[in-house]
Amino acid sequence: MTTTAAPATARKPATMAQALTRALRDAMADDPSVHVMGEDVGTLGGVFRVTDGLAKEFGEDRCTDTALAEAGILGTAVGMAMYGLRPVVEMQFDAFAYPAFEQLISHVARMRNRTRGALTMPLTIRIPYGGGIGGVEHHSDSSEAYYLATPGLQVVTPATVEDAYGLLRAAIASDDPVVFLEPKRLYWSKADWSPDAPTEVAPLGRAAVRRRGSSATLITYGPSLPVCMEAADAAGAEGWDLEVVDLRSLMPFDDETVCASVRRTGRAVVVHESNGFGGPGGEIAARITERCFHHLEAPVLRVAGFDIPYPPPMLERHHLPGVDRILDTVARLQWESDWTEGRGE
Amino acid sequence: MTVLEQPGSSRKKSSLAGPPPAWRPRVDPAPLLPDEEPYRLLGTDAAARLDSGLLTRLYAQLVRGRRYNAQATALTRQGRLAVYPSSTGQEACEVAAALALEDRDWLFPSYRDTLAAVARGLDPVQALTLLRGDWHNGYDPHEHRIAPLCTPLATQLPHAVGLAHAARLKGDEVVALAMVGDGGTSEGDFHEALNFAAVWQAPVVFLVQNNGFAISVPLAKQTAAPSLAHKAVGYGMPGRLVDGNDAPAMHEVLTEAVQRARRGGGPTLVEAVTYRIEAHTNADDATRYRSDAEVETWRSHDPIALLEHELAARDLLTDEFVAATRDGAEQLAAGLRERMNADPELDPMDLFTHVFAEQTGQLRSQAALLRAELDAEANGHTEDTAGADGSAEEARP
Repeated sequence: MTTTAAPATARKPATMAQALTRALRDAMADDPSVHVMGEDVGTLGGVFRVTDGLAKEFGEDRCTDTALAEAGILGTAVGMAMYGLRPVVEMQFDAFAYPAFEQLISHVARMRNRTRGALTMPLTIRIPYGGGIGGVEHHSDSSEAYYLATPGLQVVTPATVEDAYGLLRAAIASDDPVVFLEPKRLYWSKADWSPDAPTEVAPLGRAAVRRRGSSATLITYGPSLPVCMEAADAAGAEGWDLEVVDLRSLMPFDDETVCASVRRTGRAVVVHESNGFGGPGGEIAARITERCFHHLEAPVLRVAGFDIPYPPPMLERHHLPGVDRILDTVARLQWESDWTEGRGE
Repeated sequence: MTVLEQPGSSRKKSSLAGPPPAWRPRVDPAPLLPDEEPYRLLGTDAAARLDSGLLTRLYAQLVRGRRYNAQATALTRQGRLAVYPSSTGQEACEVAAALALEDRDWLFPSYRDTLAAVARGLDPVQALTLLRGDWHNGYDPHEHRIAPLCTPLATQLPHAVGLAHAARLKGDEVVALAMVGDGGTSEGDFHEALNFAAVWQAPVVFLVQNNGFAISVPLAKQTAAPSLAHKAVGYGMPGRLVDGNDAPAMHEVLTEAVQRARRGGGPTLVEAVTYRIEAHTNADDATRYRSDAEVETWRSHDPIALLEHELAARDLLTDEFVAATRDGAEQLAAGLRERMNADPELDPMDLFTHVFAEQTGQLRSQAALLRAELDAEANGHTEDTAGADGSAEEARP
């Protein structure tokens, strides 16, 4: 675990987007092999301004506006990585990454394995993802299940401003490819964090317990973390003391932290935006059941987006897991428990 | 009355007529256009200026390549190779691609281009591990600067562009040569690679071996372009059309393209017009989609025979030279046969060795499961080893 040597100054509110920008800048300053590329990342500074100022500071050769071609962006980045660079590519929006899937799955994910470690892919693929910003079609997908289904990819998603910095630094430093999913509705979330203050580089593959609790565990990540925190606060009024685990990294998956929490609380709900059928929640629930079955007081439940193509913005609030749906599901945990106990008597 | 209904006589010539004021052609297309006929040297007056040393070198490699193709095809019949896509008839393209490059350059071959890799110096057995069912890539790409043989079509082309671009950013005068078939030119990655290469002026050469068919689909169903070399113009790079069975012509065109790229002149698209004498692979029945007469026409334009004609005219095709060349090729084949007939020893635990730089807890658990299964197998036990993919505690030492 390292800490940057930036001078400590007064902490003031900063956004997740600003933290990501600083992570890119620090990584580029520390390592001349780090190259940022993608459409609109240069002059414009990215449509979300995450790459703002990088082209000016490091030159267009290191922060490159590319042609509009996701397969080309990722495919050329593969060749650049083969020659010793550390490309950080931007896919602009979740659904825009799909043309690059062949490069991602057929080459990026398996190059190390195929070449017995001779060629590595120290690539970071930044993808703004998820809904809640009123985006039109193809601008709100949660595509993490596709990436999780591909061996050889690390899948990381920050939920806090500090993690946005720390996890992106760790992703860029990783010698293996990282699909770095940026929850775009948290881009403007603020924290008492100064862009100039020292910040930890977070290790990949470690979940964080965001709230301690004793009666059930909410397991979540990325855009759903603030929703779960709000739900946990509200649940107190109904007698629930909820623990909230932020996965931070979906692959590698932190079984240890998740299982330790569930064994303590005896109940678990997985919360995410992407569709439930075939979504990450199924895998997470299965892992918990395999490892913690005898500690469980109720089945592992899921609160996920509906199994529908992402809805239009005017309806997305009905699709996205909200506080009420989480609380209703938590209530079912008690019902399941009562039912089990009742049957036993 | 609409605009269209107005009588012509009442319409005055608008000062707004003509092209939009900012428009101008970005590049003069004329110098980018390929020749009308594939470029040839053998059988022309220009052949006289060819260096004898180059011709004998090309010949030796063509004969080795032909023998290599025959031996590898035989190995498929013996079950030693799962599949072998032969480049018989296309050896001139393969050999020229290898010989046009310097040691510092990179080659990006497709699955049919084992010969180019071998001609570049790669161990013939290492070139075949993918096709044997052994590890996917049997060589260290850095050793001879040969990217893994690529099975998905055209996806290696953007890699070549990225590598060449990265080399130039680092100040290295390295050129990448990427090989693709006629079918591969229809893939999206072909387009994106050529576009990136031209925009970046990357030092890369694209070699299309147009051998007439993508498995069974003929070129006419692949593209409506005048030639595949013509596609270059749309990207703003020169297209060259060359007789792919004329080894010196191939060598000259590719060498020029490589030198141009090295000088900072940007990418070139080379289309080699050639023919696949064998079927797509041993799993294919070529008689279903092409005639014997067509194959015979191309056999009469054989790359080895074409070169022999020139060598004979120079009195270089002596019995001694022919015998020495043949002996060298036979030695190559014998060595390949002998080594490929030995069963490779693979360590199953290697399945987990190179997935990530740092092993994940999940993979450690699965490796423990396989270890237990292997131990039980070695001890003659067949007990159920289920449960080795156990708790999280087991997964983390």
